[in-house]
Amino acid sequence: MSALALQQYLDFAYIAAVVLFILSLKFLSSPARARWGVLAGEIGAALAVSATLFNPEVVQYRWILITLIIGAGVGIPLGLVQMTAVPQRTALSHAFGALSAAIIGIAEYYVGTAPVTRFEMGEIALEVIIGSLTFTGSLIAAGKLQELLPQRPIVYRGQNIVSLSALAGALGLAVALVVNPAHTLLFPIMVIVALIFGVLLVTPIGGADMPTVISLLNSYAGFSAALLGFVLNSKVLVVAGALDGSSGFVLSVIMCKAMNRSFANVMFGAFGQVQVSAAAAKEDRVVRSATPEEASAILEAASSVVIVPGYGMAVAQAQHKVRELYDILTKKGVDVRFAIHPVAGRMPGHMNVLLAEADIPYDRLIEMDEINGDFPQTDVALVIGANDVTNPAARNDASSPIYGMPILDVDKAHTVMVIKRGMSPGFAGIDNPLYYLNNTLMLFGDAKQFVGAIVRELSAGH
Amino acid sequence: MPTDFISNLYVFILAGFVGFELIKRVSPLLHTPLMALTNALDAIVVVAAIIIAGRHETRLTTVLGAVAVAASFSNMVGGFLITDRMLRMFKSGRSKQS
Repeated sequence: MSALALQQYLDFAYIAAVVLFILSLKFLSSPARARWGVLAGEIGAALAVSATLFNPEVVQYRWILITLIIGAGVGIPLGLVQMTAVPQRTALSHAFGALSAAIIGIAEYYVGTAPVTRFEMGEIALEVIIGSLTFTGSLIAAGKLQELLPQRPIVYRGQNIVSLSALAGALGLAVALVVNPAHTLLFPIMVIVALIFGVLLVTPIGGADMPTVISLLNSYAGFSAALLGFVLNSKVLVVAGALDGSSGFVLSVIMCKAMNRSFANVMFGAFGQVQVSAAAAKEDRVVRSATPEEASAILEAASSVVIVPGYGMAVAQAQHKVRELYDILTKKGVDVRFAIHPVAGRMPGHMNVLLAEADIPYDRLIEMDEINGDFPQTDVALVIGANDVTNPAARNDASSPIYGMPILDVDKAHTVMVIKRGMSPGFAGIDNPLYYLNNTLMLFGDAKQFVGAIVRELSAGH
Repeated sequence: MPTDFISNLYVFILAGFVGFELIKRVSPLLHTPLMALTNALDAIVVVAAIIIAGRHETRLTTVLGAVAVAASFSNMVGGFLITDRMLRMFKSGRSKQS
């Protein structure tokens, strides 16, 4: 077989892989057939990887086989993590993806078969900058989600100026390299500055903004792979990178809309510092609390209940107890549904995965826009570990930092019950007027224990 | 401007639009598996890493290529695995009873 013909077979394998990747995403549009999407993606990836092993440029297999085994050895445990660890796993995989894209760009720069042209230099520089900043940025995000780093925004005076000058520095070095590609010493400096910028970019961002940040990093990781495709003239990388990049981009837009904020505001707005003014006025307001016995009596008497889960449910690992509550109430003839805010939790779709893990049927998980109209006819809204996404101040208090953010209208339900550890304000540090309403009962305690206590009451009642 | 760049740009723009249209149709219910799946697909950079590592040009590029193979292949394996695990958990009320 001549070398040219072999190259053509390889190209056909890549084209087939690209088609399968597109089908893979298409299958995901229906929950019932979504698993076929994984299969299509796996076949495409296997096809592309095995075809590459026949590439005539590959002359030495030892390191490839060793590192494929290492990769599988790292990847399998990362594919088997607990569902509660999915956000940090996702951030870590963005880091790995960006790392490999950046490293390949760096290797391509040092391959030195032919002197790089200015145009190629520009492509490589841009690719390596995006890959590097996404690598460190994603590591910081993973560290915050794993709580190795503080989840609160870390801010200091002049922060945005420092961060933006790091970005400008990296881009400036890239321009210098394009002007004169012979300045090879500038290349590693550019990489280091880009790595530093990634750290500076994500460090000030608080945990509540993680759904947007993780989506943005997803999109950067994708676009760096697509740019790598430009550098290497590899269409399969261009397509896969464009699919991943546009996916991350669409998700970031959805997340930003769900918080009524702009990209710039999420990245440079460091949430949660505005709170001092609001704190003064809340002294004389009354809070009503209830015991598990009272709560279970109210739930038992209800005919419709909407449960609103949030990050607190994930932290307390309460999803399985919530399933027990769902089961027992459903058995008693109560209509139980779940209201899912797009930014509840730490990544897009976080709550859905946790509740699906606990075996709650997905047709009971209702999106915000669909369920909001039903709250006025709902007997009980039970809020478990969600705060800002239920804050009516977003609707009616123009001075609130979250004013304008779409929320779940739980306050319109006949009775609202909120399971919460104490009266401390939520993650963004914003006071929630919901807790002082006449129709609100606070259920103080750990989410898992409290729901467990309600379940015991309900099952003892018979 | 190299002609390769132009043809890659065509492909990039078209794939970007396809991606945009496909992702818009994915229900928010499946956004977490979606991100895991696109991550696994993106790990196709492993093919570029394999070529860099296998070309065996200089020690530096072989080491860089090898690290990239491990990083991206772990994403590929782990990404498909966790996506499938997540999707298996999503059951509708009807299929659960049957």
